[in-house]
Amino acid sequence: MKSSVITFPGSNCDRDIDVALKKFGFKNKMVWHADAELPKSDLIVLPGGFSYGDYLRCGSMASKSKIMQSVINFANSGGMVMGICNGFQILVETGLVPGVLLRNKYLEFICKNVFVKINNKKNKFFGNVDNEVLEFHIAHNEGNFFCTKDQLKEIEDNEQIAINYCDKNGKIAEQFNPNGSVKNIAGIFNRKKNVLGMMPHPERMIDISLSGEDGSIFFNNLINNLK
Amino acid sequence: MKISVVITLKKDVLDPQGKVIHQTLDGMGFKDVIEVRQGKYFEIDTKETDIEKAKTKVEEMCKKLLANLVIENYKIIDPK
Repeated sequence: MKSSVITFPGSNCDRDIDVALKKFGFKNKMVWHADAELPKSDLIVLPGGFSYGDYLRCGSMASKSKIMQSVINFANSGGMVMGICNGFQILVETGLVPGVLLRNKYLEFICKNVFVKINNKKNKFFGNVDNEVLEFHIAHNEGNFFCTKDQLKEIEDNEQIAINYCDKNGKIAEQFNPNGSVKNIAGIFNRKKNVLGMMPHPERMIDISLSGEDGSIFFNNLINNLK
Repeated sequence: MKISVVITLKKDVLDPQGKVIHQTLDGMGFKDVIEVRQGKYFEIDTKETDIEKAKTKVEEMCKKLLANLVIENYKIIDPK
């Protein structure tokens, strides 16, 4: 399986996701944002970081990068695209996934482990994961998912919510919502479920000696689903 | 020609920064403030000399980059 990670000026999780993808068997290539063409890929990842210094709105500048037109075309033709953290912010700015990510409700940069409940397994990202709840890591200042009421209805009707913040038993409640996101949303899909945007970083949970192994479950499962 | 644009958050969108500014103003003794909403202001200096054409271009800029219409409104201010 071939993957590509796009590096934007200010990306800083691009090498982490590179390590993670390779660990679980992907042949990964790094792609510079100013390139026009994507290498042949089964998965494109937009990594975390602070592309363009978060100027204007997080992800807004990167969403207009030269490579992004190819990423949008790839996604629209059914290709698998995943945006993590800043990558999620870039995805919402392209319109590939609905909504926006606002400043965290309590104006704090949040850096901690969180539990997320998988809301929809009828897709290649989470299909066949045995667990209902995964422990991932979040580190962001603008992860407060917001959308209009009409958009929310559409998102729910099309089962586009991927994961919600919850406690370790999978209980979704306001006290387990770290950033004020609508409905505790931590990640969403596009309509076709081939594009996933999420604030948590699975690539930070791929080694027991780091912070945990639930990212390993995610990546192992992902590559098997793509085969 | 310089065209100005003001971008504001839509009514229903939570503005935690505006809220904190409001609280701080209140603490400083400005007790009459009902609400504070924080926005953005841009001055765009363009080579275009026709006001209407320039405004049309700036409107396109607002829709495509300067504002995110899910959460923000934009207002183009006539050059003096």
